[in-house]
Order: sequence, then C-alpha cells, then structure tokens
Amino acid sequence: MAEINSKIPQGPLAEKWTNYKAHQKLVNPANKRRLDIIVVGTGLAGASAAASLAEMGFNVLNFCIQDSPRRAHSIAAQGGINAAKNYQNDGDSVYRLFYDTIKGGDYRAREANVYRLAEVSNNIIDQCVAQGVPFAREYGGLLDNRSFGGAQVSRTFYARGQTGQQLLLGAYSALSRQIGKGKVKMYTRHEMLDVVLVDGRARGIITRNLITGKIERYAAHAVVVATGGYVNTFFLSTNAMASNGSAAWQCYKKGAYFANPCMVQIHPTCIPVKGDFQSKLTLMSESLRNDGRIWVPKKLEDAKALQAGKKKGKDIPEEDRDYYLERRYPAFGNLVPRDVASRAAKERCDAGYGVNNTGLAVFLDFSDAINRLGKEVVKQKYGNLFDMYEEITDENPYETPMMIYPALHYSMGGLWVDYELMTSIPGLFAIGEANFSDHGANRLGASALMQGLADGYFVLPYTIQNYLSDQIQVPRFSTDLPEFEAAEKAIKDRINKLMNIKGKETVDSIHKRLGHIMWEHIGMARDEKGLQEAIQMLKDLKKEFWSNVFIPGSGDDQNTELEKALRVADFLEIGELMARDALNRAESCGGHFRVEHQTEEGEALRHDDKFMYVACWEYQGEDKDPVMLKEDLNYQFVTPQTRNYKK
Amino acid sequence: MDKDIKVTLKVWRQKGPKAKGQFETYPMEIHQSVSFLEMLDILNERLVKEGKEPIVFDHDCREGICGMCSLYVNGHPHGPATGATTCQLYMRRFQDGETITIEPWRSAGFPVIRDLMVDRSAYDKIMQAGGFVSVNTGGVPDANAIPIPKKDADLAMDAAACIGCGACAAACKNGSAMLFVSAKVSQLALLPQGRVEAARRAKAMVAKMDELGFGNCTNTRACEMECPKNISVSNIARLNREFLKAKLKD
Repeated sequence: MAEINSKIPQGPLAEKWTNYKAHQKLVNPANKRRLDIIVVGTGLAGASAAASLAEMGFNVLNFCIQDSPRRAHSIAAQGGINAAKNYQNDGDSVYRLFYDTIKGGDYRAREANVYRLAEVSNNIIDQCVAQGVPFAREYGGLLDNRSFGGAQVSRTFYARGQTGQQLLLGAYSALSRQIGKGKVKMYTRHEMLDVVLVDGRARGIITRNLITGKIERYAAHAVVVATGGYVNTFFLSTNAMASNGSAAWQCYKKGAYFANPCMVQIHPTCIPVKGDFQSKLTLMSESLRNDGRIWVPKKLEDAKALQAGKKKGKDIPEEDRDYYLERRYPAFGNLVPRDVASRAAKERCDAGYGVNNTGLAVFLDFSDAINRLGKEVVKQKYGNLFDMYEEITDENPYETPMMIYPALHYSMGGLWVDYELMTSIPGLFAIGEANFSDHGANRLGASALMQGLADGYFVLPYTIQNYLSDQIQVPRFSTDLPEFEAAEKAIKDRINKLMNIKGKETVDSIHKRLGHIMWEHIGMARDEKGLQEAIQMLKDLKKEFWSNVFIPGSGDDQNTELEKALRVADFLEIGELMARDALNRAESCGGHFRVEHQTEEGEALRHDDKFMYVACWEYQGEDKDPVMLKEDLNYQFVTPQTRNYKK
Repeated sequence: MDKDIKVTLKVWRQKGPKAKGQFETYPMEIHQSVSFLEMLDILNERLVKEGKEPIVFDHDCREGICGMCSLYVNGHPHGPATGATTCQLYMRRFQDGETITIEPWRSAGFPVIRDLMVDRSAYDKIMQAGGFVSVNTGGVPDANAIPIPKKDADLAMDAAACIGCGACAAACKNGSAMLFVSAKVSQLALLPQGRVEAARRAKAMVAKMDELGFGNCTNTRACEMECPKNISVSNIARLNREFLKAKLKD
C-alpha cells in the first residue's frame, strides 16, 4: 500500500510556511522561459495562478470551457472574502482566522495548510486593491468589513453583493495582461477530457474543442487542475450549468487520490425548489443572515395554514414565531456555520413546520432590520439580492419574509494534494475548490474566495517551482508520443460508444434521476442502509445510462448533448464514490451527517478516535472497488473539541 | 398569479458561421413561473426526444452574473425586462397567445457560431489591450495605505458591475462597444491605483475597439437602456475625457 506523505514542513506552526519558502528550490529566470505549464480553469484559482506564473516568466497554456475566462463560476460568489487584517480592531489575528477555519471545518483539515491560508489572506486583500477591485469603503476612505457565519469578528471584505465577480475580474484583468503579452496562451471553449502521463508524471492533457468537436493534445512540464467542484452531481445545485467534476475525475482515474468525496456543503439560504422543470437553484448570500432572522411558526396549525396558502408570514404574530437558531444557539444565533443552519432548517421542516406549499422552506425575515435601520439602509446593503428574489419568486421581501431552504453549494472534498498542492501524481497539481485541502468537513462563509486566491496567487507559484527545479533539463514534449496517442484514442472510443448507444433516455432525464438518488440518500442526512441502497441504485443507473442514453447529432461536431453526456457519465461514478466515502465515515462531522451518530440534542457526533483522518480513495480499475488510504491528521497545535455555537 | 400560457416561439437556427440561417417555429405550453431559459431547456428536451438537434445557446450561471447568456428576445437584448439578463427573465413577462422572436446578438463584432451562440472574443481582446492595472502578484502596499473617498469607490463599483455580455454593442445601431470600454476605463480611472496609467489605457482600449470593427458612438443611449446591469452612459463621457487628455499629451 502506498504511503501518504503530506510533506508538511517541520517547525512551529507560525513558521512552517516561512521556513518552506526559505528552503524550497527555485527556478532561475532564464530557465523559467523553457518551462511550460498547463492551467485548466480560469476561476479565482486558475486565473490567479495562470497570471502569476506568467508574470514570473513561465509559459502558460490556460484552458476554460466558457467563451471567455471571465465567466468561470467564481463570478457568482456574492458575500465576501475573509482576511485577518483586524482593521476593525475587534481582536482578529492570523491565529484566530486559522482557529475559526479549523473549528468551522470540524477538525478534519490539516493544521499547517489552514495556518498558511490565514497567513496569506492579508496579502490577497492588498493584491486585489492594487488591481483596482472596488471593495466597499467607509466615509473615511478605508475598507469596510462585515461578519459571516462561524466568526465573532468582522473580517469579511466585500464589493456589494458581488464580491466573487469583482475578485474574478481582478484576476481576469491580470490574466488578460499576460495574454496580451503573449505569456499566456488562452484556449476558450475547450474541455479537458484526460490527463496524459509519461513515465508516471503529468505531461499534458487531451481536450475537446467545444465548437469544432475536435479532440486536441497539449503538452507541458506540469499540469494544474483548477476546475472547481462536483456538486452538480446532485443535478440541482447553486453551481453553474456547465460546472462539472470531469477533469478531476479523470485525474483520479489516472491514479490521483480523491479525498473526502462525501464532504459537500449544503448552503442554508437558497430559494426553495419550485418544480420538476427547474434547472438550478439560486443562492441568497449568507450575508443576509447578518440582518435577517430565520423562523418558522411555533404552532403546527399555523404551518399547515401557510402550506395551504391560507396565511402569509406576516399574519403570524410575534409570540407565535420560533426563531429556532436564536433559540438553539444563543451565542451565534443566525450566524451559526452553514452545516448547522442547514440541518436545523431540515429538522424543523421534517417536523412539519415548513412554510411553503412543499413544506420545505423556512422564513428569512427582515422586518426587524427594516424597523431598526430603515428601508433605505437595508436596500443599500441587500438591494440587488432583494430584487433578484422578487424577480424569481414574484414576492416582495421588503413586505413579506423571504422563503429559503438549503441547497447543494460547494465541495470540500476533491483531489488529494500535499502541502505543495501536488496530487499523488508527480507534476499534477490541484488548486481551489478542485482540491480537498483547507476546509475540512465544512467550509465557512467567505473562505472559498480566500482559498482560491491564496492557492493561485501566493501558494502554487512558489510550490510548483520546487517540482520544476529538476525539470529544467527536460526538453519540450512532442504530442506525438504513444502516451498521447493512446489517451486520444481512448477518448474517441468513449465518444463513439456514447454516440452509438442510440437509446431512449435523454441525458438530462438520467441526470435528474441521479440527483434524486443523491438528495434522498447522500444529502443532508445519511444512514448506513440508505447509502448501501444508493450504491446499488447508482450502479444500476450507470448501467442504464450506458445502454439507453440518446445523443443526437455527431461526435465530431459541436454537440451540447454530448458535452452533457460526458459529464454525467462521470457524475454517476462520482456519486458512487461519495456514497462509499459516506458509508465508510461512520461519524458525523461538518457537512457529513450520519443519523446514527448524533447527540441527544441532535447535534453532530464526531468520533475522533476512529476518523481523525483524510480518506484518500485510489482507483483500481473499471468495476473494481477503490482502495481507501488514510492520511492521519495529527493535531499538534489545537485541541479538537466538540464544536459549540451555543455559548 | 402565475398560470399556464401558450406561446409561439420563432427561433433563429443557423448550422454554422457561414451557413444560411432561418427562423423555425415552435409552439409551447408553459407555466409562467418557469424561467425563459428553462423554457428553452424544455423545448430542447422535446427536440432531443424527437431525434432532432437541440437549439444551441450560451448560458451558464443562470443568476445574471456570468454574462454568458445573450439572446435577442422580441427585438431587445436580454428581452423585455430592464436591468436583467436573459437567464433572469421569467415567463410571467409574457401573455397567453404571444409570439416570441428569439435571435442571436446581431452585431458585426459578434459573428454567429451556431443558432443563438455568438463569438464575443473581441471583448476579451479589448481587455487584453489595456483593461488592467499593471501590477504583478506580490510587493504591493497595504490595502488601507491609500484612502479612497467612498463616493469614488461607489462610482467605480457601479462601472465595475459590467458583466461583458455584449448587449451594449448588440443594442447599438452602430455596433459600438463604447459602454463596455468606458465601464472599465472609468472604474480604473476613478481609483488611485488605476489612475497612474489612465491615459494609456483609454488610448489602447479605444484603438483596439476600432481595430476590431466596432462602430462609433452617436449618443443614442440604446446601450444604457438595454444594459442588464444599468451601466450609465456617464461612463462614456468619462472615457471621452480620458481619451482627449491622452491625445492632448501626445
């Protein structure tokens, strides 16, 4: 069995990253010109990495599936980005951000990685301001902050309700500058379908040109995967339509470990599902929980009246409202972490207190905030979100409380990486949401933007040099090598096979069925029997997909149905691995909740004695069970405790 | 109250950039709570089941921020709603029995790729010509080192809200990209960090825009009317000022 080596540097926690940088191997400027790096993805992690590597002098080939690098799904992040600046003088520090993140992740992340993340968080804000990112400011001209779930300080920087957009456009502008200089060669509307290994090292990728349908080969000295997460496995999620797990999944199938696949985040504040035709779910920023109060009725008869449409939220008098987060978690109230808030909403709805026609919604109420601050202030803070809500639901949130329900949002799990962000395949790196590294079992709000940019601007550009320093003698590769030949042929065979099934089911109809299985069995509450059933159901569905899917058109041409089919083929397998991982992890932690493992009060019950590890899954071949390797988490600097947001 | 309605879709179908396109007609029965793009999903699902090729259109985030969706609906970029993208359009905007015409962006700068999908890489090229602050990663001052008046930061944010969808050029009778270019020039010129190379930026971006075949601005303000993010034409005035200042220095 392979040995897991996370390559964490020696020394005290606060000195590890400094020591690493002081002793890592570097590549001199003349040699950087001779080295090529493929970066797949142009979100916060991909764009910032591609730009930074090109600025250093490397030649970068950058790929994205959209028509422009500016459209990656990071653009949709709303709320903000954390940093330990302590500009608000509320006692924040690098250590406190580190501690909140480790605790928020329910003690399933690596201490050294998280500390480094907190350390570079401040550089990110400096960098973004220098690029012209228009963060919110106070009248004195200095930067404004707000607070987010899981923290008792105000450390979140924001640009109205579109922080992700502004940060991504900052990274995109830096990337555009390098494309203009010719240091980055940009390939839009290209989808990575495989990674190519030569002598055990990642040396290139195979892509499909989404306009021509042509299969293309690209070679480089190293490959960086920054392709985001895999929660579209659930069909309905807050992710963009094209977000997918295929690039990461192909890396897994070539030997890269997949870590903690069961750890996905269900975001508490999304607009509830309304019908079968729905294509995606819309997130309402977590920042709304700063001023909005979450409640359901205290009386079942009121809930029934709401479900039947006989009453509206404003008809329920104050004394009959159950502000259940404030009741259960007095210290954090409506600002508990996402996993806690989501489960609490499910608990109330399961008990029959849901407030819409499906019974799967709770209220998020701004009437107190409007009384306290005035409508104008609320409008200034959240106006665009309120408008969006009204456009979708046809209800005015200034007058009647919003309805929200949890939805799939983010994957904490992903490709396993060591401290250098390298996967278990030499020369193959994974950054941003695509890797598993920093969020443990649950990600805190405003930490995804921080991690994506930390990896891309400040971590990978250093650590990749440690790998590339002994590659300077390696000449550029030809894509005529037999390894490229074989990878391309395998892709073409796979496409031909899909095109020739000519069955009766559409890709979306199978994807929706996959989503139902995932939500019912591998969603917010999981149990042994349900997971075992799910594994069998997913195997059956996969069989059906490969024998009964129908894709019109041709494989050698633009074909949007084929694009979806290739992704769904992988989602079916990702779902199965998620179920396996959830089955193995017989404890509740963060976003992973096993009903057999809860306290009397219904809180998550961890088993640190048995599961204080990262589950790293190794692919063994088609129709063979994967093998699970453990990376033990040795907490040396903090003592894992039961998360307590009550006091 | 939302209800089921019957509409007739006239959709532009075009096999490829050089192929001749034509309208195809599709009757639809749809609930008004369905979004416009979900309606196209439902139609595509039907076409696939009939063994036909689905309608190709760009879309991704479906929450109005990525800028990918790009349909001309009943003669308006992003359809009849103001301040919203096509993906944020819901069928309650339409009446029972209505005929809805759906076309791709029609603009010299955005050639059709297939059906309703167009090539907007010209906007990326304009950005590459100067839509940035020339700083490398690392070695920058503390974020609070330079105070910025809230008013300037807010104005910069107003301009920065542009999603680069191309509706402005598609709406313009001259096919001008001035609103897009001015939004970026304004954002960066308003902030001290971008002020340093404001003149150079304005010149470079305008030159690239001209080179790529976008037309001139004749102040019809159609761009502002159709912009899904309500980007103001006052940015164009700011761009003109920056451009003139740059020219005077030459």
